[in-house]
Amino acid sequence: MTESNENSGKSDRLEVLKTYKMYIDGKFPRTESARYYQPVVNGTSLGNVCLASRKDVRNSVVAARSAQAAWARRTAYNRAQILYRIAEMLEGRSQQFLDELIRQGMEADSAETQITQSIDRLIYYAGWCDKYQQVFSSVNPVASSHFNFSTLEPVGVVFAVASRDCPLLGLISLIAPVIASGNTCVVLASENSPLSAITFAEVLATSDVPGGVVNILTGRVEELSEHFSRHLDVNAIACDGLGVDLNTTIKEFASETIKRVKIYHQEWSAEAAANPYLIQDFCEVKTTWHPIEQITESGASY
Amino acid sequence: MNQSQIARVFKSPVIDQVGVVERAKRFTTRSIKSEAKMQGLEMVLSMIDLTTLEGMDTEGKVKQLCYKAQHLHDSIDGLPTVAAICVYPNFVGLAKRCLAGSGINVASVATAFPSGNSSLEIKLADVSMAVSEGADEIDMVISRGRFHRGEYNFVFDEIAAVKAACGEARLKTILETGELGSLDKVRLASDIAIAAGADFIKTSTGKIQPAATMPVTLVMLEAIRDHFQKTGLMVGMKPAGGISKSKLALHYLIMVKETLGDAWLDPKWFRFGASSLANDVLMQIEKQRTGAYQAANYFAID
Amino acid sequence: MTHKNSNWDLSPAPESTGHISLNDHYGVFIDGEFRTPDHGNRFQSINPATGEVLAEITESSSQDVDRAVAAARAAYAGEWSKMGGRERGKYLYRLARMLQEKSREFAVIESLDGGKPIRESRDVDVPLAAAHLFYYAGWADKLSYAFPNRNPQPIGVAGQIIPWNFPLLMAAWKIAPALATGNTVVLKPAETTSLTALKLAELIQEAGFPPGVVNVVTGHGDVGAAIVKHEDVDKVAFTGSTEVGKLIQKSIAGTNKRCTLELGGKAANIVFDDAAIDQAVEGIVNGIYFNQGHVCCAGSRLFVQESIHDQLIEKLKHRMGTLIVGDPMDKNTDVGAINSREQLATIEQYIEVGKQEGAEFYQAECQLPDAGFWCRPTLFTDVAQSNRIAQEEIFGPVLAVQTFRTVAEVIKKANNTPYGLSAGVWTDKGSKIFNMTAQMKAGVVWANTYNLFDPTSPFGGFKESGFGREGGLHGLSAYLDI
Repeated sequence: MTESNENSGKSDRLEVLKTYKMYIDGKFPRTESARYYQPVVNGTSLGNVCLASRKDVRNSVVAARSAQAAWARRTAYNRAQILYRIAEMLEGRSQQFLDELIRQGMEADSAETQITQSIDRLIYYAGWCDKYQQVFSSVNPVASSHFNFSTLEPVGVVFAVASRDCPLLGLISLIAPVIASGNTCVVLASENSPLSAITFAEVLATSDVPGGVVNILTGRVEELSEHFSRHLDVNAIACDGLGVDLNTTIKEFASETIKRVKIYHQEWSAEAAANPYLIQDFCEVKTTWHPIEQITESGASY
Repeated sequence: MNQSQIARVFKSPVIDQVGVVERAKRFTTRSIKSEAKMQGLEMVLSMIDLTTLEGMDTEGKVKQLCYKAQHLHDSIDGLPTVAAICVYPNFVGLAKRCLAGSGINVASVATAFPSGNSSLEIKLADVSMAVSEGADEIDMVISRGRFHRGEYNFVFDEIAAVKAACGEARLKTILETGELGSLDKVRLASDIAIAAGADFIKTSTGKIQPAATMPVTLVMLEAIRDHFQKTGLMVGMKPAGGISKSKLALHYLIMVKETLGDAWLDPKWFRFGASSLANDVLMQIEKQRTGAYQAANYFAID
Repeated sequence: MTHKNSNWDLSPAPESTGHISLNDHYGVFIDGEFRTPDHGNRFQSINPATGEVLAEITESSSQDVDRAVAAARAAYAGEWSKMGGRERGKYLYRLARMLQEKSREFAVIESLDGGKPIRESRDVDVPLAAAHLFYYAGWADKLSYAFPNRNPQPIGVAGQIIPWNFPLLMAAWKIAPALATGNTVVLKPAETTSLTALKLAELIQEAGFPPGVVNVVTGHGDVGAAIVKHEDVDKVAFTGSTEVGKLIQKSIAGTNKRCTLELGGKAANIVFDDAAIDQAVEGIVNGIYFNQGHVCCAGSRLFVQESIHDQLIEKLKHRMGTLIVGDPMDKNTDVGAINSREQLATIEQYIEVGKQEGAEFYQAECQLPDAGFWCRPTLFTDVAQSNRIAQEEIFGPVLAVQTFRTVAEVIKKANNTPYGLSAGVWTDKGSKIFNMTAQMKAGVVWANTYNLFDPTSPFGGFKESGFGREGGLHGLSAYLDI
């Protein structure tokens, strides 16, 4: 009895550690480079995290590109439901995120706030999926007999460098508006605090988000910036909180294919940090013309 | 018999009204100056079917018209005559006698003009009467009611029967485009008339508004062009009603030239059905000759 | 039936050039005055239809650019940004009206300087430029309605660099939204076509704009580069080649400058077998031969469904035969002069490439004038997607025709390009139109029409055709912090 009691004691059980892998094409592969890094928080290592390579960027862009057309073809209503579903799944996993955010060095109070704001933010953008088009589209009264209208279309594949300091809310605050309109994305998680990003990938994987719509890498932006900003199949780049030099390098490379680059230095916890203009930032305006036949009840004008 | 079969055989191309109106307007931006203008104005005169088609027509009126046809404006030497005069069948004999030796044709409306609402028997009798009186040209109307019912075979057969009754006389088929309702229908009616053997297709009776317009005429010219490109056979065109100014007439000629080519710039292949156009052309010719703007009172109305 | 005619050819109908006023030489327009810089560097503006010199234009120095930017900054910091939207709008309305009043003079100079047919400058360029000013004038005091939940503010000094294909119209496209939103402007016209921008500066002066609100500096590419790189320029707007657009984007990468780029294109113009074929032919002609094909959104790749290919090409050739090529000042001219010797050389080189690639070559028969730069309307059939003439922007009256069989095939081929400015779709079937226009990766899609422009209609590209929109409500955001 005594022995068995001792055996069941918590302190004696070897904890099963979680392997933090990346999220590409709906799967959780290790980096193809088999490299790792160890983020350190308050002198303690967070563990072995995948150090993404050039080829991981390539693979994830391929995944994002293959998923993009189908994701954009989903109805806005369907995308809204899926974003809502992500929020639901996140809510259910709150405790795990709380633990990880604290491990990553956040105070418990802030971590809790960050989680609830993250959930609410997803719901906020879920609601926008079938509304932003009505806010930003226009019917244009051209001076000829044509029907002319402008609508937003997703720009395509977006590469996002997520906030270093706001590891969950910052990540979600970029991903949600980007995918709301039908873009797919590759997101580089916070280098220092990548755990919550990977756990968020697990949320995505169980939230009806098709594989490839969101891909999450862990690693160093300095190493990867050239590879994603020169990648010909990336349409737009979102950088949050990077330094001037890195932003400049990224923008210079981006110019090779006229990529759209959006630079953010956002306090994501602010209410105003969530808005449909972020959706518009990753959309193209398409204008369509068509003749209007001129026949009225009093006859034809021809 | 399935009445839509003919339509299927013809495969009339669809027409975009706005595009036709744009194209027609483009012809009116052609600037017709000096030499070309004089040549054009004389051409217009030579293509006129000087017309009187009124319930109150009398022998006196027809005689005056025939005189005017031969003496457009005697103070100007070398003017061409009009191509034809156009009268009801009961005045054909008189017109023939008045115009003997002038080279001017006599055209007669027939087939229960202008409505076309009678039996085939009576219509053919109408045609035979005009032909036996010496008509050189017959201007028939199609059965618009039957056309709107989709009885394209009937319309086709009727035109073919009238053509047979015309003998040597050339047949102009009036579509009465103002009653057809759309340019698609104008094109379909043109194709049916051409296939049934019309020598000319003609827009209007002059009794219905709108009568001839440039867009309607353009659609009919394109039908003629397509037939020529397919068969090598020429068909003539006659816009009628609503063309009273020489500038507009010149724009019609530009349209004929650019749509069909110079071969159609001949009274054998192109006519204007008009009553007041001739005097406006004469005023313009006088203005070109003298440099002074003219007044209507100096030109005999009949 | 006595009249017997031979061919009826149009007599010359030249537009009178007596009504215009041009100086022998032009300075730069800075701080409300035309100024002749001390360096005295000038170059000639040539009439491309005759080779004659129209005027001498100042080759601006970097000091001239400095002065222009300083004037724009002072005007922005001073009167202009403090002025209410309503008053700003009234200046633009006034400018629009004065341009309408002088429309003929502007049209004539535009055609003399750029080689485009007077019919186009008279009926398209000048009226659209005035309409653009008029449209944005009305936005000046209504900006808060354009951006829900925002308080839009002007950016500052806008550096604007415009191309030679629509000189006045592009100046209006740039200036109108910039001024309506409360910015000030340094504008650089293209070196071959500076005259109407300078005439517009005269009009701005005449309209009594506060000095420095609009400044015009002239010269070659290095003048544009000096504007782009100037540290006191807050916003860059460029219309021109993709090549230069990339350089601009790169050169301002280290700054917070806002940027809009309207670049090249290689538009697919797609004709299905159920299309209104004669109107489609008209749209094809308008799509590629409008303005000698010097149009970034030109429908330079024609995709024809195989079942109607032969019929359509026959009709197209017939229509090409009716195009009148020659003196831009003749009111009957449909296709004018190629803008410059350099551009003509580029076009001719591509025509050679097309022949070498094995495409079937056809040109409309027409007489060309002796002097000046000319290119007959040109058609290549039997073109493959991999041909250079089907991939690269030629910017001339050269059409590359390919065939397709299915909707899926043509969508794939049409989007198989780094460009994405415009596209055309011709079909009578509504559901097909909505699918096709949605599938085209292009900023402007014309269905059953082509090459139409309107101030209310946003214009701009996807992909390497640039970013940002000009025209309409969407054109405002390029000049505002929202």
